[in-house]
Amino acid sequence: MNYTPTEMMTVAAARAIRNDDVCFVGIGMPSAACNLARLTHAPDVTLIYESGTIGTKPDVLPLSIGDGELCDTAVTTVAVPEMFRYWLQGGRISVGFLGAAQLDKYGNLNTTVVGDDYDNPKVRLPGGGGAPEIATSCGEIFIVMKQSARGFVDNIDFMTSLGHGKTGTERESLGVKTKGPSRLTTDLCIMETDPATREFIVTSIHPGVTREQIIENTGWAIRFADQVVETPAPNETELSALRALNERTARAHAGQ
Amino acid sequence: MTLFVSLKEAIAENVFDGDVVALEGFTHLIPYAAGHEIIRQQRKDLTLVRMTPDLIYDQLIGMGCVKKMIFSWGGNPGVGSLRRFRDAYEKSWPHKLEIEEHSHAAMANAYEAGAAGLPCAVFRGYLGAGLAEVNPNIRFIECPFTGERLASVPSIRPDVSVIHAQKANRNGDVLIEGIVGVQKEAVLAAKRAIVTVEEIVDNFDDVHPNACVLPNWTLKAVVKVPGGAHPSYAKGYYERDNAFYKAWDPIASERETFQAWMQDNVLNQGPEAFAERVAFTPAKQ
Repeated sequence: MNYTPTEMMTVAAARAIRNDDVCFVGIGMPSAACNLARLTHAPDVTLIYESGTIGTKPDVLPLSIGDGELCDTAVTTVAVPEMFRYWLQGGRISVGFLGAAQLDKYGNLNTTVVGDDYDNPKVRLPGGGGAPEIATSCGEIFIVMKQSARGFVDNIDFMTSLGHGKTGTERESLGVKTKGPSRLTTDLCIMETDPATREFIVTSIHPGVTREQIIENTGWAIRFADQVVETPAPNETELSALRALNERTARAHAGQ
Repeated sequence: MTLFVSLKEAIAENVFDGDVVALEGFTHLIPYAAGHEIIRQQRKDLTLVRMTPDLIYDQLIGMGCVKKMIFSWGGNPGVGSLRRFRDAYEKSWPHKLEIEEHSHAAMANAYEAGAAGLPCAVFRGYLGAGLAEVNPNIRFIECPFTGERLASVPSIRPDVSVIHAQKANRNGDVLIEGIVGVQKEAVLAAKRAIVTVEEIVDNFDDVHPNACVLPNWTLKAVVKVPGGAHPSYAKGYYERDNAFYKAWDPIASERETFQAWMQDNVLNQGPEAFAERVAFTPAKQ
């Protein structure tokens, strides 16, 4: 079956979700990956959105973090202060699934400003939202993001959310007990965190993608694991579930 | 004493130039009609507070009502940037906009602290995060029992909070259902609160005892505005108009198209226009 790089990315990201995960879901690509996991291999996964919906099973992907679909299909919906205090800060969430505008090799994320002057940015981005605390309170962090030299940079312009810090050791020095970024899925490959240096290294390359392509689209000196495998292509079950989900979503968001 | 008044009166009597104003709603139940009335009454120098400022804050900023915005995520959800917010912040049009930026956790805690009458909120947050370096209102304290370093932000105490809700009863008590966001905290943290509602019913005899109800004595004004949350939504009444959120981006991208839209749809309209913008669910027709 033919598939697009974005479909490969979504499927590869979805595969990392386990059936018993409790997952704090970011909007956009993370939401697509988490719901695809729920519709395929992880039917019992608990999806939580920061608008307060717990255990939601939306039929179409939400355009915003608080679409009615999320509440209507949830086990329960709690107030936003409760969501952040009891559920996130309380340590009840195993995976935080995030995207970003910029990231570095240690999984530090920027969704605040482009340009190194916070007060006079080149581009003012929407901001961190829930991410600063998702990054430190969830058991571990999965990231999904389209790969480009512009987004995958040596130094992010602003530290919206802590990954492993500027040197890879900051979680420990700040007393953060959770694991932090452990996996990064892109449209070219899968990277995992090197346990020794805490930097992302390529462990799996999507079919048809070359090492040169990955190097060209990464702003830091990318490392490959000793054993790099080829990502299994999306199978028919995964692709048909994803396409049906995207079609339902496009129809719903067009107001049909 | 809660008063059932017109939207015009509610805003005229409770929102003043220079006020700190929170129009809350976490995607759901956003008080658009009330925001439009603030624009029509040309309030100035407002400090707007909200976790997720979206189109209504874009409109208030673009129409020159706003001096400062305190927020944690300012975008058009699932679509992109707030064009008027960026134009004001990056290019000072129609004038310069100050910002104070937090995370969601900080703002949720700050509203809760405001509702609880506390001067500040304490939580485990901002660890390693850059906002703590650029926002002097993010500080750290030591837990007196464990020594843990914890984040602290000032509580939010708006002069006035404005929310939209599903219904009020004849006494002016207000029921909120679905994604309840931080609306209850925003009302209780504020000096004055205005609520627009979809309908007014005789009583709440059929309401679950654990439902989110704001008693009338916590409110200054209750106003019936059917459809008043459009293009946001009211669970049980009408759905989120996702197509409009997408349509807003090209409207807001140019100053001229923005101003023309505001003239036609806000300045030349009243709150009664909102009922025509939504498709009420069959049970409510």
